[in-house]
Amino acid sequence: MLKINNLHASIDNKSILKGLNLEVKAGEVHAIMGPNGAGKSTLANIIAGKDDYEVTQGDIELNGEDISELAPEERAHNGVFLSFQYPVEIPGVSVTNFIKTAINETRKAKGLEDMPAKEMLKMIREKSELLEIDRKFLSRSLNEGFSGGEKKRNEIFQMAMLEPKLAILDETDSGLDIDALRIVANGVNKLKSKDNAVIVITHYQRLLDHIVPDFVHVLYDGRIVKSGDASLALELEAKGYDWIKKELV
Amino acid sequence: MTRVKMELKEKIISSYVAFENDIDINSEIHDIRSEAFHNFEKLGFPTKKLEAWKYTSLNSVLKNDFSLFPNKENTVEFADVKKYFIHDIDTYKIVFIDGKYSSFLSDVTHDGKDICLLSSALSKSKYKAVIENYFNKIAKQDNLTSLNTAFADEGAYIYIPKNVEVEKPIQIINFTTGSEAATLVQPRNLIVVEENAHVQIIERHQSLTDNAVLNNVVTEVFAARNSTVDFYKIQNDNTNASLVDNTYIEQKTNSVVSVHTFSFGGNITRNNLNFYQRGEHIDSILKGITIIEGKQHVDHHTLVHHIEPNCESHQDYKGIYDERSTGVFNGKVIVDKEAQKTNAYQKNNNVLMSNRATINAKPQLEIFADDVKCSHGCTIGQLDDEALFYMQQRGIPKKEGKALLMYAFANTVLESVKVPEVKSRINKLIATKLGVNLGFDL
Repeated sequence: MLKINNLHASIDNKSILKGLNLEVKAGEVHAIMGPNGAGKSTLANIIAGKDDYEVTQGDIELNGEDISELAPEERAHNGVFLSFQYPVEIPGVSVTNFIKTAINETRKAKGLEDMPAKEMLKMIREKSELLEIDRKFLSRSLNEGFSGGEKKRNEIFQMAMLEPKLAILDETDSGLDIDALRIVANGVNKLKSKDNAVIVITHYQRLLDHIVPDFVHVLYDGRIVKSGDASLALELEAKGYDWIKKELV
Repeated sequence: MTRVKMELKEKIISSYVAFENDIDINSEIHDIRSEAFHNFEKLGFPTKKLEAWKYTSLNSVLKNDFSLFPNKENTVEFADVKKYFIHDIDTYKIVFIDGKYSSFLSDVTHDGKDICLLSSALSKSKYKAVIENYFNKIAKQDNLTSLNTAFADEGAYIYIPKNVEVEKPIQIINFTTGSEAATLVQPRNLIVVEENAHVQIIERHQSLTDNAVLNNVVTEVFAARNSTVDFYKIQNDNTNASLVDNTYIEQKTNSVVSVHTFSFGGNITRNNLNFYQRGEHIDSILKGITIIEGKQHVDHHTLVHHIEPNCESHQDYKGIYDERSTGVFNGKVIVDKEAQKTNAYQKNNNVLMSNRATINAKPQLEIFADDVKCSHGCTIGQLDDEALFYMQQRGIPKKEGKALLMYAFANTVLESVKVPEVKSRINKLIATKLGVNLGFDL
């Protein structure tokens, strides 16, 4: 699904990623953990195509195709979804109109007609139930005045609507209380299949109690310095990151 | 340049005798005209030396060789101009072609209200009392208003008696045909809305060719106690057509008047919108969306004069400027010493889409009362890159994303439009302007 080879990237001439390798296969869940400033969000943004960053070396392949030169919307059309750590507020655009536009633009890019209104409504109903979202919420301006938890739930709702191949959840657990965390994790689990893959970026083990990863990676100083199975996350929770830093010296 | 401008002024002055040939000069109205004429003779056209015209120069417009009184009766086919009307609903229509009334395109009435022509109101005795009470009572004595008053002769005359709710909107449309190389037209509108009456008005000035046009319009609106007036100005003209819109509104106790100005095109567009609150519990609403590009120029000069206590005013102007376009927002609010408990709000938000576009924004608050709430907020920014990336990430291409953001930006103004057909027309104009089809109205 996703193959990242020797990725180097910088912002304002400051080097952030320094030779990162990662392979994610269909059907897998990967967790990326690491201390603040290690480059986790940078990695997520670069996969999604944010142009603030300069990729100086390496490439990103999605299903065998190099996507590093594609615009963000083209990557989205190819099935990349990023759940934002800080979803942007867009006053004046309702959640419903936004998701309709997103779906129909994606269909247009694939040469398909707009989704029939009836089908769209049915899908919105189903997915909002899955995420336990009040219908009234859908007519509100996108993310405007939403609580932290509502914003994250809305991200996963959009993910459910767009049915991406590769979903990257950037600290989706931050700002969530226990109930919201359970609802969001439950949503992600229901959307998981053998044909798609999920990358979970998180500081804490607690999300991984609900979304169980097949692999856990530690990102430190722009590279993945350690990989393991779900038990690595537990070890990190108990011992912190210092022991890994020491191992590297 | 100064010499050329003198020429138009001289031309206008020397033409006055010819104008007087065609009208009744023994009326009281003509005394008003003559006084205004002398005023214009003294003042001439505004120059950038005047504080109010610091950022808007008419020089390039005034150098045209205007024909002042196109004598020909020009006609246009309805099919050719249908698109400039709000045509999907029934409306009253007062239509002028090159300043002359077109009975063929109009739909006027005297049934329980007067929706007709100023020329007949000025000349017929049955309108005498209204004309005496209201004509030129609140229009300022400044350069261009004086010029209009000096030649005031034709335009819309609307009189809505007590307790009458006009059942459909009224459109006032002024076409210019370009039958002359450059045309100066000066419509004069008088709108009187009596107690507890309600009216909706749509105004448009449209040039039908690329020949130069200058519209110098004066509109006076009187809103009596408990009346409601909703005024929509659609400005989407050719790039050789300029407009100076001088609108004066007097409100009495408990009246609500809203003016929405949609400025989407033209050469130089200047809106002088003036509200005078003479009563209590008045609400004045001033809203505008400006979307221009190329070298177009739009200038909004607003004035709200709070004269008595317990009134409100709400201003919300949004501007989107691309390429080398320029904008001005000058919002003046005066709160007199007696006008305690005034609530005056003013918002002016602008987005510059290009490095070469400029906006000059200036709130002016003159507050002499001590128990008031007045706020003003002015922003000038660019489109939010984070929001754009967010939309692209969800599959919305950059161009559509930009359009969506601009729609959303302008939407706080659109949401208070009460005529659905006007709202959907504006939505369509915005979509066309931005070159997108979003498939829904915001």
